[in-house]
Amino acid sequence: MKYPASLKYTKDHEWVKVEDNICTIGVTDYAQSELGDIIYLDITAAEGTEVKMGESIGSIEAVKTVSEVYSPVSGKITEVNNSINDNPSVVNTEPYEGGWIVKIEYNNADEISNLMDSEAYKELTGA
Amino acid sequence: MKKTAFYNIHKTLGAKLVEFAGYEMPIQYEGIIAEHKAVRESVGVFDVSHMGEVEVRGKDAFEFVQKITTNDVSKLEEGDVQYSAMCYKDGGIVDDLLVYNCGDYYMLVINASNIEKDIKWMEENLSGDVTLKNISDETSLLAVQGKNSLPTLQKLTDIDLSNLAYYKFAKGKVAGQDVIISHTGYTGEKICFEIYSSSDVKLSEELWNAIFEAGKEFNIKPIGLGARDTLRLEYAFRLYGNDMDENSNTIEAGLGWITKPDKGDFNGKEVILKAKENSTRKLVGFIVDDRMVARHGQEVFSGDKKIGFVTSGSMSPMLNKNIGLAYIDNGYNKTGSPIEIAIRDKKINATITKTPFLS
Repeated sequence: MKYPASLKYTKDHEWVKVEDNICTIGVTDYAQSELGDIIYLDITAAEGTEVKMGESIGSIEAVKTVSEVYSPVSGKITEVNNSINDNPSVVNTEPYEGGWIVKIEYNNADEISNLMDSEAYKELTGA
Repeated sequence: MKKTAFYNIHKTLGAKLVEFAGYEMPIQYEGIIAEHKAVRESVGVFDVSHMGEVEVRGKDAFEFVQKITTNDVSKLEEGDVQYSAMCYKDGGIVDDLLVYNCGDYYMLVINASNIEKDIKWMEENLSGDVTLKNISDETSLLAVQGKNSLPTLQKLTDIDLSNLAYYKFAKGKVAGQDVIISHTGYTGEKICFEIYSSSDVKLSEELWNAIFEAGKEFNIKPIGLGARDTLRLEYAFRLYGNDMDENSNTIEAGLGWITKPDKGDFNGKEVILKAKENSTRKLVGFIVDDRMVARHGQEVFSGDKKIGFVTSGSMSPMLNKNIGLAYIDNGYNKTGSPIEIAIRDKKINATITKTPFLS
């Protein structure tokens, strides 16, 4: 199981990569492993719209179950990974790379500093 | 939580274990889709030792089984297996089961989550010279399914498996152990076997290892309960607790073919006969015209009118489409009819489809 130290994490198993004022968001290796084979991402958040921290940005369909994805930060959606549904299993194989879901221009730095680091997240997952 | 005799093997194989019917069971090893395809293309092995087995003995055993089940046990000869259902007097389904005619006794194979309930119901229905013996804890059960199950298992037994017809069983030795082996399964595969053996851990592990050694050349794989569900759904095999329960009867569940009112009296007969005349809904298959998966419990609509609910739903790894079963009210349940399924905040289109989805 991978817990890259360069990323931030939420208790709902999203990861956040912060670069300047943009957050790239996806679900963690632990999350994809719990979900099993991922077959579709229903991303409901549209480019250009505002989201609040904790709001649903879509859901992930796995064979066995479905899970909501929550925005870890507040801000404007600048990009949606629309190509992900050409091969949704990329979320299983590369959760931190090709499996990214949205990019958000964040507007509250406090929300970033409240995210977990990799050590804290690793502990949360019992690893 | 209870463990089957294969628990250590599942752990060693890195299975993801979940609680199911009081047992810690493997839901997947490698992944549901890969496991599903392994069964369809070659051979896979399922630990289903959590299933219940009950022996019915005594000179009135036939009358007893005939009374508690819907199918006609008089048609069942020694060495035959029969799919059947057990009903309450009000016609509600207690469980679905397999009946094995072992000559001087019957073996009933029941769902893991229903063992206690089923045995209580059987005990309430006892009459005459009948004794029940719950052998669930002393029995391991492996399902070896897929076209290469035959060449795999044939290496381990003198029983001529190619002459063991569908829904027949034999008693004999597999890998040196005394077993019951039947040509049965819950995957839709035509070549499929289930092996009842001792639940002794050492013996069970030896049997597992012998099967995997024999199946090596066919790339035999362990299969979890996740793929068991997707495999059975492609053939629209009913799952108790999802597709039928105390609130449904065999007619609306599409199990008229195992319901034989002409055989004489049995529990639930009057209600079932009436249901044949005035049933108001039917369990049907559907294919979703969308990439979202319909799931158990979701409501089904025609316009604004609620016409039913989903009982099972999954993606089909072989069709690469999202399929399911639903109870749909009469007037709306003909093959080809469009329906809408409420999935979270959306209504998605689906079409009623004849089953099995695969053939």
